[in-house]
Amino acid sequence: MTLALDKPRSPRRPAARRSNFELASWLFMRISGLALIVLVLGHLFIMNILDGGVHRINFAFVAGRWSSPFWQFWDLSMLWLAEIHGGNGLRTVINDYARKDSTRFWLKMMLYVSMVLILALGSYVIFTFDPDIPAN
Amino acid sequence: MSDSASATVEVAARGSRRNGTLYRGDPGMWSWVAHRITGVLTFFFLFAHVLDTALVRVSPSAYDEIIETYKTPLVNLIEVGLVGAVLYHALNGLRVMLVDFWEKGPRYQKQMLWAIIGVWVLVMVPGAYFMMVRTVTEMFGGH
Ligand code: HEM
Repeated sequence: MTLALDKPRSPRRPAARRSNFELASWLFMRISGLALIVLVLGHLFIMNILDGGVHRINFAFVAGRWSSPFWQFWDLSMLWLAEIHGGNGLRTVINDYARKDSTRFWLKMMLYVSMVLILALGSYVIFTFDPDIPAN
Repeated sequence: MSDSASATVEVAARGSRRNGTLYRGDPGMWSWVAHRITGVLTFFFLFAHVLDTALVRVSPSAYDEIIETYKTPLVNLIEVGLVGAVLYHALNGLRVMLVDFWEKGPRYQKQMLWAIIGVWVLVMVPGAYFMMVRTVTEMFGGH
């Protein structure tokens, strides 16, 4: 008795599944969003609402906070997660609305350049902060 | 024939909320529009906020000068708006995650929208009070 079977139906995965980047990006938006709830809402609560809010913020206040590795780490994580979450979100928005390929390309280039700039500058400031910097 | 014809007419009414089959015009769509606007707004603010904070690397007085402009009535009002925008985005982001991952999420999406709007109001009323109380008393109460 012979078992009649056609050729294997799926010799390889279909071409459309070559990259899972968009899946990873979708998942990242959700995981980073969870972390940002604590980091960003905590930040806003302390900085804007608690104990007089923005009125008590000045250089000395920043120096006091960044003397603690805990808040340095908090701010560094918040910077990276918010910038990549927001930048990735804006990438989606550009993909949705840009009509010409060249417009889409250049808008995304501007976006990526600004992200690199902000991440580099922000990290530099947190790592090299000097509370004894000259007053003027 | 007349059945399907009448069904077509009913569905064609924009955002037919009666049978819940159309998304367009539904509060769910507006929640997404607001999520997108608040997200983009916050991203642009983050750009400015990293630049202003970077002034602590220039000098204490440069930083204090720019922060001083944040303590004015107009910027104070913008601050309240920005906190409201981020709070909405965070709450709705949580709702989006529940729709995606919780088995009953899609069924309760609308109730969850009213719930987050309720939470938003409950947080923003005292929040706005504490953010503005000092500016307002300085404006009207002398000092
Ligand atoms: C505070 C906690 C936050 C939570 C829980 C959160 C959650 C989310 C989620 C789940 C999405 C994906 C929505 C979707 O795929 O339909 C999203 C999109 C987005 N988020 Fe956030 N987010 C937060 C903070 C932020 C911050 C700080 C920024 C800006 C720097 C931001 C900017 C954006 C942008 C631009 C999008 C894309 C919107 C779109 O595609 O329509 N988010 N957020």
